[in-house]
Amino acid sequence: MSPALTTEKDDRAGAAAAGSPGPSGSTGSVSIAHVHKSFGRPGAAQPVLDDINLTVRPGEFVCLLGASGCGKSTLLNLIADLDKPSAGTIEVPGGRPALMFQEHALFPWLTAGKNIELALRLRGVPRADRRPRAEQLLELVRLGGAYGKRVHELSGGMRQRVALARALAQDSSVLLMDEPFAALDAITRDVLHEELTRIWRETGVSVLFVTHNVREAVRLAERVVLLSSRPGRVVRQWTVDIPQPRRIEDAAVADLSVEITEELRGEIRRHGQS
Amino acid sequence: MARVKTTRGAAAERDTDGGTESVREQAAAPTGEGESTAGDLAGLEAGLDALDAVQTKRVSPAEVLVQKVLPPIVAVAVVLALWKVLVLAKVTDDYKLPDPGLVWDALRQLWLRGELLDIIWTSVSRGLFGFLIALVIATPLGLVVARVRFIRAGLGPILSGLQSLPSVAWVPPAVIWLGLNDQMMYTVILLGAVPSIANGLVAGIDQVPPLFLRAGRTLGARGLVSARHILLPAALPGYVAGLKQGWAFSWRSLMAAEIIAKSPDLGLGLGQYLENQRNNSDMAGVLLGILLILVVGIAIELLIFAPIERRVLRSRGLLASAR
Repeated sequence: MSPALTTEKDDRAGAAAAGSPGPSGSTGSVSIAHVHKSFGRPGAAQPVLDDINLTVRPGEFVCLLGASGCGKSTLLNLIADLDKPSAGTIEVPGGRPALMFQEHALFPWLTAGKNIELALRLRGVPRADRRPRAEQLLELVRLGGAYGKRVHELSGGMRQRVALARALAQDSSVLLMDEPFAALDAITRDVLHEELTRIWRETGVSVLFVTHNVREAVRLAERVVLLSSRPGRVVRQWTVDIPQPRRIEDAAVADLSVEITEELRGEIRRHGQS
Repeated sequence: MARVKTTRGAAAERDTDGGTESVREQAAAPTGEGESTAGDLAGLEAGLDALDAVQTKRVSPAEVLVQKVLPPIVAVAVVLALWKVLVLAKVTDDYKLPDPGLVWDALRQLWLRGELLDIIWTSVSRGLFGFLIALVIATPLGLVVARVRFIRAGLGPILSGLQSLPSVAWVPPAVIWLGLNDQMMYTVILLGAVPSIANGLVAGIDQVPPLFLRAGRTLGARGLVSARHILLPAALPGYVAGLKQGWAFSWRSLMAAEIIAKSPDLGLGLGQYLENQRNNSDMAGVLLGILLILVVGIAIELLIFAPIERRVLRSRGLLASAR
């Protein structure tokens, strides 16, 4: 245990109790300072994340990009407070962030609407307010008629939209997304990129989006952060100033993707040489 | 299918309204406002949803009749015909293999004497009551064994072992401990059913995908809240399978107890009836006893447990016919 380790538990709880987060102050931001994470026994521990420093500004859309073994998912787990860093600090002043997985992770014993209502219930929303709010969230992801649908009755894209609605039901100012569209077909993914961009702008939520798809990162993000692998380190960042709405086919997206891919390949090659 | 078609039609209409070509150009040029493509995006999404929608096939009553009801009827008819043929061919003595008609007569007489329903009810009420006690004991037991590592290490192997011990072995000690009474019967049922229900719940909890628990934790569910809202509902299919098996064990244990333990105080159940007919060397009665035990066991499963299981599985899309 390093002396640098401080827990931000109290901070988070305080901010969560203060009510629904707005764009004021640092709510909606994520500050990661000198975060290390190792797995395994002390002495023989494998470092997964090495001195990660990263800040997400309120309302910003940041994509984390990296090859296998860069610790992207580990980093999200740390931010979501599902795991503790070995050293360093993570500050999420807006309270517990919402997390969306590659698998939809919807509960199959509940309908789409009840999945969202469970998130509201666990957050302490009174019973009478849950249904209208759940329907509102389904409208937001354009699934107004899906309230009573079972998970298995929904297509892959619809499931991820319900999962997005459930994540938004947490009313967190920070949304963490762990390769949420990786398992979808290209057409559906393309549509969901547009949806996510729209919802991000409508809600003002900060998004930290993990992917290994360079074009997806450039299509979506305001800032792309490239991580190295084994251990994960921030290698380089790009500010994406291509105006929205973008398309994944845009020439500007393609140009920047080529540049980032070159850098990413260079990182991967390094591992073959050692 | 009809519903899908109309939604697709609506999506197509919207596309022509906006002019598919012009919208595409707008979207390609990054100068357009987000709102200008919003309607088109909604239409596109509605189209995708309609195309991808999972269709659940409704099965007509006629199909159910042909696929589900007819085969067992044919099977029973074949068995009866085979039986009759063996009797006619005189493969063995009459007292060993009576005519099916004699078994039917035995059933008719039991009914005419007004004993049939009494005998069945004596056993069924015992079996179901014993099963309910087993349920109340086994559920918390299964939860604790599944979630507390120390208890699992201690009790887990014992529970699995007990499941493979034929519960008829418990009849002699139960008679010595409790005497010839209903308590003895319930003890034998419990020793048969509790391990299988508890093991079912443990297996159900073990098979809960860790992703659900992680998702629950990010939504703020921990400890007992997580058990109530995520762990238990997620384990329900395994639990229901355990209940089904628990009933089978209850019924078997009870029949073993009824056949072995005889006393005027116990009343006449199916097991005792079977044993009495053996003493009378009435093979038709013995066969009737076996058939009644079989039919009642199957009926309880079909009437109580199968519908519960179907409901649980269908609501989760786990039933083959729902695909």
